[in-house]
Amino acid sequence: MPKDGIGASTVRREDVRFLTGKGRYTADINLRHQTYAVFCRSDIAHGRINSIDTAAAMAMPGVLAIMTGADFAAMGGNPAGWHIPSRDGSAMREPKRPVLAHGKVRHVGDAYAIVVAETLEQARDAAAAVNADITELEAIVDMAAAVANPGHRVHDEIDGNLAFDWGWIEDNRAAVDAAFAAAPHVTTLELTNNRLAPNAMETRASIGDYDPGTGDYKLYTTSQNPHLSRLLIAAFVMGIPENKLTVVAPDVGGGFGSKIYHYGEEAAVLAASKALERPVKWVADRSEAFLSDAHGRDHVTKIQLALDKQGNFLALRTETLANVGAYLSNFSTATPTFLHGTLMAGPYRTPLVYVNVKAVFTNTAPVDAYRGAGRPEATYSIERVIDKAAHELGLDPLAIRRQNFIQPDQYPYTTPVGLVYDTGNYNATLDKMIELADIAGFEKRAAASKAKGKLRGIGYSTWIEACGIAPSNLVGVLGARVGLYDAATVRVNATGNISVMTGAHSHGQGHETVFPQIVADMLGVPASSVDIVHGDTSKIPFGMGSYGSRSLAVCGTAITKAVDKIIAKGKKIAAHMLEAAEGDIEFKDGKFSVAGTDKAKAFGEIAFSAYVPHNYPLETLEPGLEETAFYDPANFTYPAGAYACEVEVDPDTGKVTVESFTCADDFGNVINPLIVQGQVHGGVAQGIGQALLENVAYDAQGQLLSGSYMDYTMPRADDLPFYTVDHSCNTPCTHNPLGVKGCGEAGAIGSPPAVINAVVNALQRGGHKAVTHIEMPATPARVWAAMNA
Amino acid sequence: MTKISMTVNGKAVSGEVEGRTLLSAFLREELGLRGTHIGCDTSQCGACAVHLDGQLVKSCTVLAMDAAGGAVTSIEGMQNADGSLSVIQAAFQEHHGLQCGFCTPGMVMATAALLKVNPKPTEAEVRHHLEGNICRCTGYHNIVKAVLAASGQDVSAIAAE
Ligand code: FES
Ligand code: FES
Repeated sequence: MPKDGIGASTVRREDVRFLTGKGRYTADINLRHQTYAVFCRSDIAHGRINSIDTAAAMAMPGVLAIMTGADFAAMGGNPAGWHIPSRDGSAMREPKRPVLAHGKVRHVGDAYAIVVAETLEQARDAAAAVNADITELEAIVDMAAAVANPGHRVHDEIDGNLAFDWGWIEDNRAAVDAAFAAAPHVTTLELTNNRLAPNAMETRASIGDYDPGTGDYKLYTTSQNPHLSRLLIAAFVMGIPENKLTVVAPDVGGGFGSKIYHYGEEAAVLAASKALERPVKWVADRSEAFLSDAHGRDHVTKIQLALDKQGNFLALRTETLANVGAYLSNFSTATPTFLHGTLMAGPYRTPLVYVNVKAVFTNTAPVDAYRGAGRPEATYSIERVIDKAAHELGLDPLAIRRQNFIQPDQYPYTTPVGLVYDTGNYNATLDKMIELADIAGFEKRAAASKAKGKLRGIGYSTWIEACGIAPSNLVGVLGARVGLYDAATVRVNATGNISVMTGAHSHGQGHETVFPQIVADMLGVPASSVDIVHGDTSKIPFGMGSYGSRSLAVCGTAITKAVDKIIAKGKKIAAHMLEAAEGDIEFKDGKFSVAGTDKAKAFGEIAFSAYVPHNYPLETLEPGLEETAFYDPANFTYPAGAYACEVEVDPDTGKVTVESFTCADDFGNVINPLIVQGQVHGGVAQGIGQALLENVAYDAQGQLLSGSYMDYTMPRADDLPFYTVDHSCNTPCTHNPLGVKGCGEAGAIGSPPAVINAVVNALQRGGHKAVTHIEMPATPARVWAAMNA
Repeated sequence: MTKISMTVNGKAVSGEVEGRTLLSAFLREELGLRGTHIGCDTSQCGACAVHLDGQLVKSCTVLAMDAAGGAVTSIEGMQNADGSLSVIQAAFQEHHGLQCGFCTPGMVMATAALLKVNPKPTEAEVRHHLEGNICRCTGYHNIVKAVLAASGQDVSAIAAE
């Protein structure tokens, strides 16, 4: 195995360009003769557009074009990726999401015009001169009110403001209700999963570049999945052939879900570029990001857990209102349903589970998948209600979890919410967490805190997630409108170095380092001779991109399948060159050899011979050494883990400080531990941010109150501790050759309930016995109020 | 438009700017130094941090005209003379102190400013100093570790190597 192969903490090669200012993000790209676009955005939440007067703006210096919603009315809508039918069998209500608002504006920040000028300043000045006459309508912001008030409609054609009312699994509902009716104990908790702004540090940006000579469009854009963007723009929105559109996502400065989706600005700059026959560049400022990037979470949930007196889980049911905002973003219908309801068994043997989710339109920005996507919401609900149940029954929060775990001998384990867990060992990660977090020493630390006048608390979560969404035939049955396979091409060049074209897209995950580790390991070549090509639809075969912790499990596996084909072809070539039977050729450590002899050809010699086929089986084999594989997984992967959070609460101010955070995760096999740990750190920070700091707030008129870093509290270095992270308790995934499960979302999924459980524990230990819940974010004001109720 | 001159990364440069042109825009658009990033519009993320006359500044908050005649160092000027990574840059790579790389130039500039005045900072001092630089990817763990390592301190005891 090369030293930089699988399992090595190889430092990242891409770091060098980022550390020296040579990264190239979309905003860094400047095309010859480019123009600049600025969007006019609604400053009211809900209104009817009477007219948009662009004459004065058009007459301003440097202004080249202004297009409004009317100019795009003939184009298609930006669709939801999953069709989710309601409990009564009725179809999902899916209003058209236009490129630019037309007829009505439906949230603050809804774009209704694009202004293009020679310079950015000219475009900005002109945008301010566009005069939109909009009659303000009553804003629908609160979900309960949206559902309860007939006649108040975000979309004129949808009374009741529901996209769907989904039951999972509807046939189990009666049995679940019966179990509750007979249960010795029922714990009920109502909670809110707060709305978050993803806040990738690079804002969205797009450059449209139409070539009038060929009729080809090119879009540079901040995307986690350029092929998906191409499909949505070409086939659904603009109605152009896919082969006439190239989408390039260069270096992308973080995504966390927010750059999965196609947004109207992308189609608008393409259309404007065609109209002007010049490139059109748009870069969002942070204010626009807060207003128009898809937000995350925003669930209001009532969860109930039925138990016997010993704490055995008998049944679980939830009712959730999920805010989808003003329009259905691409994954917005899958996130609160198949990424949420199907996780409601957690790592537990709960025999009966029923989930009801109502997706509610409001006059707010669209809500979609944000790191974890549905699974953090599920985990938070489950792990909070378990703590409350343990408190009510006087049971230890770790013991109650452990006694309900699915056991290692129960795999494959079919849950009552439709998933089949292939492998896991929840006791192992729990034991590891108990050791690393020094749970035994907690009372001593609590006493030390007390001596300082602080309240110390500890909270846990034992979580599971489903990653690498698959397989296509199953997700198709569940309503997905796409397949969820991936593709890779491995091109061995004549001189033996290798280009790997992958459908994954790296926006921080380190693919340029990790994928070569895999290829190097399999082919016995140095990782430095392998390069990754990604993010350009004209260069890579196909790909669904990176989200849902799928890059390694799905895209990485596609790479291994392509490498397998390279090795198989190499064996044929070697057999010819070594004058042996193909079946006698072995490939190991970069050498093709005849079994039992010292006759061998190095990988490089085989590659050379494939391109200079002088001694080559041309009658049976094509020259060249390049293979493509598509891989459609057989199942989801199921990473799981056990987290502990220790907090100190200042009883005078209510301020919560995270003193330690410990993660024991099972990600299956790990290719690069350094990168895996970094992924967990980042996820945990986002989870702590959700639990203590972050919140997107709208007022009753639908005005965004948290529209900048002055009002939206991002976690900063001094809000967070060093984390303890472990991934030694591995149960390799059983259905992909690498045995990997995915690690990108784990931290954000497992951490929020651990933090809130710790805060509630601190308060209860501090004598505030009546406190059984605190909403996120647990700000000083909220915690203080809970202590002083 | 007004013509201004300054020294950037040791080189004399000049260009035409409007009164409202920010130093960040001058560096990025006029000089093509695109390692200085724009992450916000309220002067809070620190992605645009550079050194102006030896001081750490947010270049989105300085008018280009006000920097006229000054000496600016941006991320493009942080490598060793032979082109290799500086101690700070190498520590960020070694300890995986960056993921998407967008905050990274600002983090490196902020770190350099800290270590100049406080060559052996404590963890708390590092965290406090980096308060003006937002990173969404790393959770700061490896950034703080990299800064401590760059200051020559032993970081082997920090959890989760
Ligand atoms: S861009 Fe200067 S502080 Fe954010
Ligand atoms: S590395 Fe992505 S924001 Fe810091």
